[in-house]
Amino acid sequence: MSYTFDFSFLWTYWPQFLAGAWLTLQLSAISTVFGCILGTLCAIGRADGPRWLKWVIASYVEIIRNTPFLIQIFLIYFGFAMAGLKVSANFAAVAALVINIGAYTCEIVRAGLQSIHRSQVEAATCLGLSQVQTYWHVIVRPAIERVYPALTSQYVLLMLASSITSQISAEELTAIANRIQSETFRALETYIVAGVIYILLSFIVRAAFFLFGQLIFPRRRKLGTTI
Amino acid sequence: MSAVVSLRDVHKSFGAVEVLKGVTFDVGPGEVTAVIGASGSGKSTALRCVNALETINSGEITVCGHKIHDPALDRRALRRDVGIVFQSYNLFPHLTVEQNIMLAPRSVKKLSKSDARALAHEVLEKVGLADKAESYPEQLSGGQAQRVAIARSLAMKPKLMLFDEVTSALDPQLTGEVLRVMEDLARGGMSMVLVTHEMAFARRVANKVVFMHKGKVQEEGPGAMLENPQSQELRAFLSNGL
Repeated sequence: MSYTFDFSFLWTYWPQFLAGAWLTLQLSAISTVFGCILGTLCAIGRADGPRWLKWVIASYVEIIRNTPFLIQIFLIYFGFAMAGLKVSANFAAVAALVINIGAYTCEIVRAGLQSIHRSQVEAATCLGLSQVQTYWHVIVRPAIERVYPALTSQYVLLMLASSITSQISAEELTAIANRIQSETFRALETYIVAGVIYILLSFIVRAAFFLFGQLIFPRRRKLGTTI
Repeated sequence: MSAVVSLRDVHKSFGAVEVLKGVTFDVGPGEVTAVIGASGSGKSTALRCVNALETINSGEITVCGHKIHDPALDRRALRRDVGIVFQSYNLFPHLTVEQNIMLAPRSVKKLSKSDARALAHEVLEKVGLADKAESYPEQLSGGQAQRVAIARSLAMKPKLMLFDEVTSALDPQLTGEVLRVMEDLARGGMSMVLVTHEMAFARRVANKVVFMHKGKVQEEGPGAMLENPQSQELRAFLSNGL
């Protein structure tokens, strides 16, 4: 069987691909910011919070990590509707992404928090630092620096997983690709183009994380190693 | 003059194991007290009790006027007066030498950045490491790291310095550079308590040597006591070549 590749439809459709890619980046960026905040707070709560809070967070984390993302999206999307809240597909998509990535971030950051040796905390308290100061300067900051490479991978996965939000008709890259192939009947070419764009987006996300890491972790910038 | 540190009949247990069985000794102002003894004799625990890192079961400890045995003890106030240096340095790995030193003066004493930096350079000068301000802990030798740890404590201008086996992880040459810094401090009139295995240093620098054995003070006296041990336990300890 012979197949002739024909990418000529790109002349007409490239602005749509671009718009899809842009929305994918936006969804990912917003989810990254709020996911980081949610995940870090959950990690702190699960590591050092009161017992009931630990239990609540542990349940949240385990539910999210043991159910498919597609199911989570549907539950959140239709959940909003059931609650009588009219939200856009994009809003529901971000909400689902944040809730999903928050659980994974929680576990990664928690591993970082647990890797900080007790003697570091002792040194800080002996210098007279308050509990909050110790927590921030001596536990949270180095913990996040230590798990930063793992966080980077997880957030690249988040960007790729955002393609699933096409199922609730968020007009991101995959949704656009679905529509284009149904209009052009060039399925293989369309998804090859989408795949290539995803590779570029992954590169952008990695580069952004790398640059941000250089900015907030001067030690990394100077020594080029992890703690 | 009243003592800077005073322990009275201090008892401390970890579970069923009684580590301190009625420890009593004093440290006068400007004095250097060396606490010696075999591993497990309770000397490090005694030092940690002085800084309220362990809660004692009974007895009394007074440090720079703070009553350590009082449940209402203000630990942060205590730690403004007392500096401690540990065997494992415990420098913060993500901060430069200078930032390690500046952290407490900035957060606790609310010094401005420039004042804290000036202070960091002053104490680094004291330990001979002014050129290492921008280095990270992993770039230092053990001796340098320990001197930075000492500088970090000094930056809080403590009235009393505690040293918990600070040279035990170092080779003889690095030990020498750390001990020289400590000797300078002692000559400068700092009140110091050091748990140590450096007998020659204890003999030369300490005003008082406290020998602990099985959770009790077996013998105490001036450094010369090490040349003429009275108790059989101290004789045995010294002859083990430590």
